[in-house]
Amino acid sequence: MTTTDLTRLTAAQLGEKITAGEVSSVEVTQAHLDRISAVDGDVHAFLHINEKALETAAATDAARKNGENVGPLAGVPIAIKDVLCTLGMPSTAGSRILEGWVPPYDATVVARLRDAGLVLLGKTNMDEFAMGSSTEHSAFGPTHNPWDLERIPGGSGGGSAAAVAAFEAPVALGSDTGGSIRQPAAVTGSVGVKPTYGGVSRYGAIALASSLDQVGPVSRTVLDAALVHDIIGGYDPRDSTSLKDEWPSFAEAAREGARQDSLKGLRIGVVKELDAPGFQAGVTQRFHEALALMEGAGAEIVEVSAPNFEYAVAAYYLILPAEASSNLAKFDSVRFGLRVNPVGGGTVEDVMAATREAGFGAEVKRRIILGTYALSAGYYDAYYGSAQKVRTLIQRDFAKAFSQADVLVSPAAPTTAFKLGEKLEDPLAMYLNDVTTIPANLAGIPGMGLPMGLAPEDGLPVGIQLMAPAHADDRLYRLGATLERMLESRWGSPLLNSAPDLAKSEMFGAESGAL
Amino acid sequence: MSETERLTPDVVRHLAGLARIALTEDEITKLTGELGIILDSIEKVSEVATPDVPGTSHPIPLSNVFRADIPGKTLTTEEALAGAPDHDGSRFRVTAILGEEQ
Repeated sequence: MTTTDLTRLTAAQLGEKITAGEVSSVEVTQAHLDRISAVDGDVHAFLHINEKALETAAATDAARKNGENVGPLAGVPIAIKDVLCTLGMPSTAGSRILEGWVPPYDATVVARLRDAGLVLLGKTNMDEFAMGSSTEHSAFGPTHNPWDLERIPGGSGGGSAAAVAAFEAPVALGSDTGGSIRQPAAVTGSVGVKPTYGGVSRYGAIALASSLDQVGPVSRTVLDAALVHDIIGGYDPRDSTSLKDEWPSFAEAAREGARQDSLKGLRIGVVKELDAPGFQAGVTQRFHEALALMEGAGAEIVEVSAPNFEYAVAAYYLILPAEASSNLAKFDSVRFGLRVNPVGGGTVEDVMAATREAGFGAEVKRRIILGTYALSAGYYDAYYGSAQKVRTLIQRDFAKAFSQADVLVSPAAPTTAFKLGEKLEDPLAMYLNDVTTIPANLAGIPGMGLPMGLAPEDGLPVGIQLMAPAHADDRLYRLGATLERMLESRWGSPLLNSAPDLAKSEMFGAESGAL
Repeated sequence: MSETERLTPDVVRHLAGLARIALTEDEITKLTGELGIILDSIEKVSEVATPDVPGTSHPIPLSNVFRADIPGKTLTTEEALAGAPDHDGSRFRVTAILGEEQ
């Protein structure tokens, strides 16, 4: 098997081959490092490559030879979003203020991956502190969409999505505050899951908005996402919002779903407000084709209404900046990160202000000032207080919808990938990219983004979003795997097989209209 | 009165002081315009936020989250100082806390 073939395999397949002794973790890791060398100059999914990746891989191979039981993904490489703290690797969250900072501890999710024998390939690019929908707000330059290098890979986790879509890593970790896992999945033709709030530990995830943030898997298949979720999920005493649920095996749910021939008895709710006339035509078309496919397999399609979703984006852009302005106060030039001394010196407060001026990018400043305003005396009730009430109304909308349907669906993003630079000077237009994904974060429910085809007008990937009630993440994996199998049998192959081969040429046009 | 009218450069300058960000005058001008537009669009939350609706601060509320009072592993002084811009081996080092007028 050539090294190119190894990068085309799923994490589940790689794990099986490594376990069977057909291939070593060192060979698999080397194949991915080679792929990164070949294409990441164009894609820029990575901010840092782990120098010890091969060493870890060799240790995993040795452990396996000694007969140690090392789990289904032992030896499989994984990419880590740079928002997660990693021992031995810089963790910048895409910000100048943390450039070169190496944390003194691992995030719980990272520690769990290491314990399960996965090989950390490196850290992936993101919008600064996860503020953005395109990775253009990274202090270290944008990531490029593997389907068309002139387009955005989504954000904030565009690096993780692009890494799996460009076959630089079989799986990755992301974080999702308002869609940062699901929207990049949609525009890169990959899979991403935002778990139930509290289902995965946030310890060691550099906080953006603590009541919204959730870490989750990024992959090319539903089963791979489930395998990673099984490893990273579950109670963590170091996160006081961590849930003590006994979670079922999501991999088992995905396998069941993949075997399932019928969706008979499943009620699938279409959120009327998220099937909107303003969405790109190809997105709406593929979404309705997917609905027809599921209906043909026996699912009952019901329309549900969520009238308060109209206020979700507004509430989100009050709650998020309010929480972010507080969370980012820790970047004070004292304990970690950048320090800039103003000309002529000054007090520690002057140093702090000069450091934050130099260390934060435009979008971060915009949201900190907005959050400071929303929390200030005289405006608190009108803004932050009202946004919290909207949050209640959105939870009620979901509760009602889930009394009529087992799973809710919508497009995962309103458009396909737009051109780099297209929305950079219009913050409000950028914020509206997350209109479909934000409600799930406000309510704490789980959501999955997965590919549902290419838009006929531009040949770019479009994604569908599945949403389930809190604690019922297994429903996403079961339905996701069934839908994935039905779509792939219609297409004849996984969607990403139609993506351009980046290694051959950096200039290309996306194939159009094939699917 | 719309937010575009209410949010002046002086307000933005004041907020930047509270947030400890030494914004330039150019940034203050640009932000005043941008934030006004953003605020105009997010003000709509008040349309449905009636007094009878309780607020939600946490999506899945938990209460009394405690752990057993057992000492765990904590960072050593060396580890805690490892990422600091300046330190003296046991403490973070900073410049003057108080200004002359204080």
